[in-house]
Amino acid sequence: MSFDYIVQQIANGITLGSMYALVAVGFSMIYGIMRLINFAHGDIVMIGAFTTLYLLQNIGLPLPIVAIMVLIVGFGVGMLVEKSIFLPMRGSPQVTGFIASLSLSIMLQNFGILILSAQPRNFNFPEYMNSIITVSTIKFKVLDVVIIVTTIVLVIALLLLINKTKLGIAIRATAQNLDVARLMGININRVIMLTFAIGSAIAAVAGLMWGGKFGQIDPLMGYIPGLKAFVAAVIGGVGSIPGAILGGFILGISEVLFVGLMPPEYSSFRDAFVFIILIVILIVMPNGLLGKNMEDRA
Amino acid sequence: MLKIKNIDVYRGSTHVLHHLNLEVKDGEIVSLIGANGAGKTTTLRTISGLLRPKNGEILYKTDTNSHPIDTTSLPPNEIVKLGISHTPEGRGIFPQLTVKENLLVGAYNRVDDQIESDLLSMYNMFPILQKRSRLDAGKLSGGEQMMLSLGRALMSRPKFLILDEPSLGLAPLIVEQIFDMLKRINEQGVTILLVEQNAVMALELSSRAYVLETGRIVLEGESADLITNKKVQDAYLGGAES
Repeated sequence: MSFDYIVQQIANGITLGSMYALVAVGFSMIYGIMRLINFAHGDIVMIGAFTTLYLLQNIGLPLPIVAIMVLIVGFGVGMLVEKSIFLPMRGSPQVTGFIASLSLSIMLQNFGILILSAQPRNFNFPEYMNSIITVSTIKFKVLDVVIIVTTIVLVIALLLLINKTKLGIAIRATAQNLDVARLMGININRVIMLTFAIGSAIAAVAGLMWGGKFGQIDPLMGYIPGLKAFVAAVIGGVGSIPGAILGGFILGISEVLFVGLMPPEYSSFRDAFVFIILIVILIVMPNGLLGKNMEDRA
Repeated sequence: MLKIKNIDVYRGSTHVLHHLNLEVKDGEIVSLIGANGAGKTTTLRTISGLLRPKNGEILYKTDTNSHPIDTTSLPPNEIVKLGISHTPEGRGIFPQLTVKENLLVGAYNRVDDQIESDLLSMYNMFPILQKRSRLDAGKLSGGEQMMLSLGRALMSRPKFLILDEPSLGLAPLIVEQIFDMLKRINEQGVTILLVEQNAVMALELSSRAYVLETGRIVLEGESADLITNKKVQDAYLGGAES
């Protein structure tokens, strides 16, 4: 097993980790501000993937424009979902939102099957995305570079939004103390809706990447990214944005290394391996790597 | 300035406030005293819109000539815009926001260009906050947190300031400083409604006071009269205080 091979695997892990991180970041933001475990978050990935497919292959728009439109669609779906389902439940016990999101997830999947059929669709990015870039001895597809660069850009934009803007302060204040945020004059319903929409927009873009990376999409495809994002967010410390990003990369890289370094007959146990990592981390650090104790919000 | 008329407030199925009437006039300091669980915090949370009364009304006038507005149907963020600022029990600072960010949140609804200069005047008023401006507010001591909480309230340029137990958990010397500041703030034209466990200090600072017992106003009057009232002394001033 050569050094180059391992570097190559790590590069693959970073690509996968980028996508996990993007889904996890929204999941974690939504949990942070609403204390909602959003099971339907993965299904936004699916909606993003099908939106991409439609705009790219049926309408034939260029990819960068498609990406922007997918962001907008994800944002809109997030707004609609929050306003119609979670806003009316504000103040209910945590388990109410949890069950509602599970119901929403199943509903979106079944709607997807109804409208789009359960048949997987081939997902073809323009040919140039599959050409190979060689950096010394490591080979990247253009697609991988695009995924990684887009992730970095989105993460930086998000961190600037959260840390440097008025909306960002309002989001953090609302996550820390809902009632006091209201006393400060923050319209928490608006802030929560925007947070939900931003998280959903980022997940939809992850759907575009997911389709391009794996070449096939179907209405049930959101399950795996949703679950992995959940794991990544918990590893990083749920509610923490840097934690979700870190968790996504740890998960992606360790998963790829497990498959790449173990004998091939073990590769189908990658998910078992992922969950062992999760359990070990949670035994050692119950709040995740960068998490703070989230239960103490007033 | 503020007139509470006959409100009834429930928490879940518990009837907390019974036909409560309370008035705060322009420029006054009014204190609301009472034992734990009497409904003081509930009263304040109802004024700022976190709780809704089942009936009755809360009339608020931004200044003497304006038409009174019934705030009971307004959400808290609209009530803040009327110039009402509520410093909650336990100070309610955002522990993982920096000191500066906490102050800026106080000015959340303002759109004028004097936020920066107000920030500087807060730093003048509370020099310790400037020194700690980049620190997470959760790292401040109790007294510093109270100053931050007060500074944050002032950042909204309130006309009417509601304070819930500002002395809670603080050393006597700090409490005295805080109360001096409240007096100065009032002298600058801010009307204050104060809830306090420390009834002596509250009555000494305020001009009028209300005594709340199990959700009902049982006494009201000039603070100077209440402080010598036998019933008040026995119940809230520990008898020996005067």
